[in-house]
Amino acid sequence: MTTAARLEPQPARDGRRAEVVAALADALPAAAILFRHEDTAPYECDALTAYRASPLVVVLPESEVQVAAILRICHKLGVPVIARGGGTGLSGGATPHPLGVLMSLAKFNRILKVDPLSCTAVVQCGVRNAAISEAAARYGLYYAPDPSSQIACTIGGNVAENSGGVHCLKYGLTLHNVLRVRGFMADGEAVEFGSEALDAPGLDLIAVVIGSEGMLAVTTEVTVKLIPKPQLARCIMASFDDLESAGAAVASVIARGIIPAGLELMDRAMTEAVEAFVHADYDLTAAAILLCESDGTPEEVAEEVARMEEVLSGAGASRLEVSRDETQRLRFWSGRKNAFPASGGISPDYMCMDSTIPRKRLAEMLRAIEGMQSKYGLRCVNVFHAGDGNLHPLILFDAEDPDQMQRCELFGADILETSVRFGGTVTGEHGVGIEKLNSMCVQFSPAERELFAAVKHAFDPRELLNPGKVIPTLHRCAEYGKMHVHRGLLPFPDLPRF
Amino acid sequence: MDAADAALARLIDQVLEAASLRAALQIRGGGTKDFYGEPARGVPLEVTGLAGISSYEPTELVVTARAGTPLAELEAALEESGQCLPFEPPRFGVGGTVGGMVAAGLSGPARASVGSVRDHVLGLTLLNGRGEVLTFGGQVAKNVAGYDVSRLLAGSLGILGVICEVSLKVLPVSPAAATLRFDCDEAQALERLTQWASQPLPLNASAWCDGQLYVRLAGAGAAVDAACSGLGGSVLAPDAARALWQGLRDQSAAYFAVDAAEPAGGERLWRLSVPARAPQLRLPGRQLIEWHGAERWWRTAAPAAVVRAAAAQAGGHATLMRGAKGSDAVFTPLGEVLMRIHRALKQAFDPAGIFNPGRLYAEL
Repeated sequence: MTTAARLEPQPARDGRRAEVVAALADALPAAAILFRHEDTAPYECDALTAYRASPLVVVLPESEVQVAAILRICHKLGVPVIARGGGTGLSGGATPHPLGVLMSLAKFNRILKVDPLSCTAVVQCGVRNAAISEAAARYGLYYAPDPSSQIACTIGGNVAENSGGVHCLKYGLTLHNVLRVRGFMADGEAVEFGSEALDAPGLDLIAVVIGSEGMLAVTTEVTVKLIPKPQLARCIMASFDDLESAGAAVASVIARGIIPAGLELMDRAMTEAVEAFVHADYDLTAAAILLCESDGTPEEVAEEVARMEEVLSGAGASRLEVSRDETQRLRFWSGRKNAFPASGGISPDYMCMDSTIPRKRLAEMLRAIEGMQSKYGLRCVNVFHAGDGNLHPLILFDAEDPDQMQRCELFGADILETSVRFGGTVTGEHGVGIEKLNSMCVQFSPAERELFAAVKHAFDPRELLNPGKVIPTLHRCAEYGKMHVHRGLLPFPDLPRF
Repeated sequence: MDAADAALARLIDQVLEAASLRAALQIRGGGTKDFYGEPARGVPLEVTGLAGISSYEPTELVVTARAGTPLAELEAALEESGQCLPFEPPRFGVGGTVGGMVAAGLSGPARASVGSVRDHVLGLTLLNGRGEVLTFGGQVAKNVAGYDVSRLLAGSLGILGVICEVSLKVLPVSPAAATLRFDCDEAQALERLTQWASQPLPLNASAWCDGQLYVRLAGAGAAVDAACSGLGGSVLAPDAARALWQGLRDQSAAYFAVDAAEPAGGERLWRLSVPARAPQLRLPGRQLIEWHGAERWWRTAAPAAVVRAAAAQAGGHATLMRGAKGSDAVFTPLGEVLMRIHRALKQAFDPAGIFNPGRLYAEL
């Protein structure tokens, strides 16, 4: 399912490219414009590598003046613009448009200010998530949202996706930790959403800009909240002999009024995979393990860990181990944080799902996934942000085998649709991009999707910013509806469909 | 069909009729916030028939309630399970509703520490200007499917549509709380709040007025005790503390009482939202500082232009909360780019322009 560009007549595409490159040459140095295939190839996909497209042109601006100029030129010529940060997105949000300009914001990598007194930092959009906390560490502060890709993903990408992480149950998502976004509209006009005050006049536009996957404006600068680093954190590893008890234990912790700093679940297939990869001393005899973290002052942590242990034992934990020190705590987490690469080690390919369901249905969902493994003849390993009901089942398959690829897609769609039926959502933190366009047909009615399109239109009337992502067309949903009728018997299974 | 379904069916009919006539509707819940925003006009659209908590499961930390549910009923249900709305929405009267709380988007003393109403909205059902009932977001905390339309509705003052039902994230009530009082001037208060907010303390709310700084700590018992002994000051008796924060939360303390009938040129109440680290603002009148410095209330007779200039210079904005409005706008005017987006969004949600016209800005 590579490049739709092949469907464009090549001479027309070459002519368009020459026209766009010539126009951009007025605004950018030659080295910041890439258009030869060997130069643009690295930008053909983000971390959703199954979907690729060759961009018409790649630009590498290094100033806001250049960003504004690129947008003005593209607006005038009617050329789509796709902003790209670290390229770590898992849903194809930064997949290029075959007739569009891909704008890499990698050069916007400066931390402009860390203010320990107001507990804020002003950073350019291309600053890596982890670099913010590293810069704030000397003041005893950090930036809370910590997606697993934090060493590589950028704050601009986090704003686009409203990224979460393992600690968002207690500390919130990107939305809750960003005060202000500066950027540019599709026509190149500068704009600011939010404010360094706690609110801004008028409609709360920053709420809709965060998580809009680069479709409403191009972010160039972000003011984030920093929070005092907890004096202490300790993590409990709890083993359970069956999935039901592990799922129920999650609800019991919350029911006791405890909000853990992190609450994660891994099933045995997952712990086996990561244990081989990082040697975290996971209990491989358990059907599932929970990682339950407490942070705060030493007094708070002691009090909370005692309550957590009591609840987890009461919920049937067969073994509890509390991290003795920071080294051991980080080892407990190392497995969790390496769940994805570890899965790469046990299977040629994996597809990572990202739905969210109400916590109470965790066990039911795990059982449903077990059933799907035999139905589709593929293995699945499970790692969940259990505290927020956010699931990351990883379906293992071999992309070289078209039949496995197809079964994998059906397996994934089944998980997403089951999540919606359970009262959840098709994506908790990875975004819709192009990967989950079909699932959007299931979760939203035509009128709801039409309103998304109208919101897009309100910000970007010519629909040039990252077009074709997030909002499926009516036609696409109609086609998907028909495919459902023939599930498993797709006509022309080798046709590209995205 | 139950009572709520019937009420919704009636609302849809009213909206379709108003849209066909392009006639203004003023969305009404308990009518406790008539004072807030630009004057309402149009035929009242009563939402109180859409009442009742539709689902509440404490272990999910989520409650879903119809818009006309009295806020008092919602809070009572949460209290029974040891949970709360941590952002402390103000209650301006007995009839205030859940829908009104979200539409007004106002939060109370704990806002700077725990987040705003908007931060706690997980999803909602909306009746738009085409008479369509649309659901955005959901009942789970992590959800990035589609644009976050539900949070855009928080604080929208009803200009985009009728909120029919809303799901909110709730939290357990803190196991322990204590309020400390310090005698200090404004500069010292701002200095101390800045310092404390950057430390791992269970700081939950703060207020400074007339030479006295109050700080509320909330969290695990051990943390609150440790902070109390570390910070000093004098501990308020629980009853006095409760009365203090309730007066601030509901804006019922004497400080907030400004006579709306007072002639132009008299004292008015302004809410200035500024970066917490903004320096002292020099305006005539009497000040109350909340949100660790990020919210500065002023009772002042200064003209709107002077108040707005002070807020803008500090990097924030000013809202006229109470007192004679005269020809002054309630909310700080927007720049051209933002206003263009506002107009386009209004058109997208409410093409006939029927919902609460002029309530947020005259042209919307």
